[in-house]
Amino acid sequence: MAGETLLSVKGVETFYGNIRALAGVDVEVNKGEIVSLIGANGAGKSTLMMTICGSPQARAGSVIFDGEDITKLPTHLIARKRIAQSPEGRRIFPRMTVFENLQMGANLDNLKYFKEDVEKIFTLFPRLKERQSQRGGTLSGGEQQMLSIGRALMARPKLLLLDEPSLGLAPLIVKGIFEAIKKLNKEEGLTVFLVEQNAFAALKLSDRAYVMVNGKVTMSGSGKDLLANPEVRAAYLEGGRH
Amino acid sequence: MANPIETNPGGMAKAVREGVFAGIIAFFMFLLYVGIETYQDINNALVWRTRWELLAVFVAVAAIGRFLTVGFIKPHIDRRKLNKAKSGVLEISDKKSFFHRHFLKFALVFLLVYPFLSLLIVGKQGSLKYVDNFGIQILIYVMLAWGLNIVVGLAGLLDLGYVAFYAVGAYSYALLSSYFGLSFWVLLPLSGIFAALWGIMLGFPVLRLRGDYLAIVTLAFGEIIRLVLINWTVVTKGTFGIAGIAKASVFGIWSFDVGAPNNFAKVFGLASSSVYYKIFLFYVILALCLLTAYVTIRLRRMPIGRAWEALREDEIACRSLGINTVATKLTAFATGAMFGGFAGSFFAARQGFVSPESFVFLESAVILAIVVLGGMGSLTGIAIAAVVMVGGTEVLREMSFLKLVFGPDFTPELYRMLLFGLAMIIVMLFKPRGFVGSREPTAFLKERRAVSGSFTKEGHG
Repeated sequence: MAGETLLSVKGVETFYGNIRALAGVDVEVNKGEIVSLIGANGAGKSTLMMTICGSPQARAGSVIFDGEDITKLPTHLIARKRIAQSPEGRRIFPRMTVFENLQMGANLDNLKYFKEDVEKIFTLFPRLKERQSQRGGTLSGGEQQMLSIGRALMARPKLLLLDEPSLGLAPLIVKGIFEAIKKLNKEEGLTVFLVEQNAFAALKLSDRAYVMVNGKVTMSGSGKDLLANPEVRAAYLEGGRH
Repeated sequence: MANPIETNPGGMAKAVREGVFAGIIAFFMFLLYVGIETYQDINNALVWRTRWELLAVFVAVAAIGRFLTVGFIKPHIDRRKLNKAKSGVLEISDKKSFFHRHFLKFALVFLLVYPFLSLLIVGKQGSLKYVDNFGIQILIYVMLAWGLNIVVGLAGLLDLGYVAFYAVGAYSYALLSSYFGLSFWVLLPLSGIFAALWGIMLGFPVLRLRGDYLAIVTLAFGEIIRLVLINWTVVTKGTFGIAGIAKASVFGIWSFDVGAPNNFAKVFGLASSSVYYKIFLFYVILALCLLTAYVTIRLRRMPIGRAWEALREDEIACRSLGINTVATKLTAFATGAMFGGFAGSFFAARQGFVSPESFVFLESAVILAIVVLGGMGSLTGIAIAAVVMVGGTEVLREMSFLKLVFGPDFTPELYRMLLFGLAMIIVMLFKPRGFVGSREPTAFLKERRAVSGSFTKEGHG
């Protein structure tokens, strides 16, 4: 199902002050794919995600999205290219209602599809419909994650970036959320780029995956291959299963 | 079911114990402040005397108050809460009393007839005090607090130097009307624009700052403006201030200058009195307040208002949703400052005199306190807080009967700050989010609209 390239990250280097967090990363995401990025804490996964969004900006290398160089664009303009992000730690607006949160995600210049999109998200996550007039901060962790993804989807993204959607959630809820992602990908052809600690779940879900160590991509391949790869198993799968 | 409090035999003993403790604490707390008084004797030497009776009153109030609270009031409240919880009635319900639902209409009608009501009840001379000291004074603060609310309550940018914009507005009117003879109605919008420009000027350097750091810089900004006003004596006349500022006129048709041929009282054949001008000013500031409220309510429903609120909640999330945080912050500063400027030019026209004295940090603090006490973001709450805080200060001046209780030397105004602090502590203890702590959502599906009767939702957006 791999189509043309949607996002291509080439030789990207990102620094925090003098510390090099990304040491020349190459990643490609094709249209209609689910691609995941796994790695240990501090490997630079989230940094890569943030670099794609332009905060911080890459000091070297380039980020090309849909044929356009977005490396030096400010964050809000990148978001308007319809790259939607569900950031790490969910970052919903706690004092605004669920409905308002969704509204914030919508394209503010064009509210033509607003109702249709809200309905779509309520079908995908029925829990959000029940809680639509509740304040975001009063939701449970899993519901907040659903809201964060829902809010990102309101922008009708070409590319959805998910930063650790399983963070701090019970396995059953993670399963539900991953199923929703899979459904979006299958039914709507949504392209998803996913950063995950939960390597097992992520690899099972993905078409392709990258493994990151110390700011570099060390391995890549299809989700299935990496799941079977003994090195990956030793480092990220069996290590966590004592 | 048996009541848990009454079945607890230790309840009374605990109340007595806590009461005694409170008394002891009060004794030591007030021993030096209340128990001992210093004064100058005939030889101008500083000597002290004791006031045991007054100290005893303080201690008794603390001890008995604590005893009653622990022994009776708290169990009573707990019981009520428990019963409510059992019966399943939530304290928050959509059904509000008739008065509650129509509070804003009542308030508006009351404000519209207020000057005439006071004329009717206390006559021309007496109503000066009520229209000017209470009415206009409170409404100025309502407007300032609503203006600051845009910056602090909606956009979440803590601004401790808001009075600077008030000063910019006041001096814009004072200077331009003295030097160029421009009228109030020309200078009112101009003052707002000038203040908004200053808001943007303040906004640029502080774009990256948040919270405490932002507060410090804005505090410094407020002081800079004040110091410039003091030291740029050629233009501002420094601490002497600018006197004889022209009065506002009724759109240039009628004037309130005594000598003018189109004097309002003369034209209508009324006995000359300053009360007409005050009533006119009352309606001007009322209109300005309503404009502020209207703009705030409208903006909250527009993308820019939603962006302000989102910015208050989470700046990073905002950016990742395509919101330009730079523009959002600057518009918040500019809009808030603009209303400060309007209020400032009104203040100058009303007072006829401006000096840097009126724009000290304390003013910023009072305005911010009103916003916080009222509940950030809530227009109704802030208006109530302004009435309580500003009106309360004015009421203190009237409390001469307290002299009968505390002796002839007692000046209630001096206790203003003490009461101010006490009020803040009490409100923050019992209503940590301010008088009106709830936030009205600006967006909802159709079925929720029918329930909405409150201020921030009015008008269906």
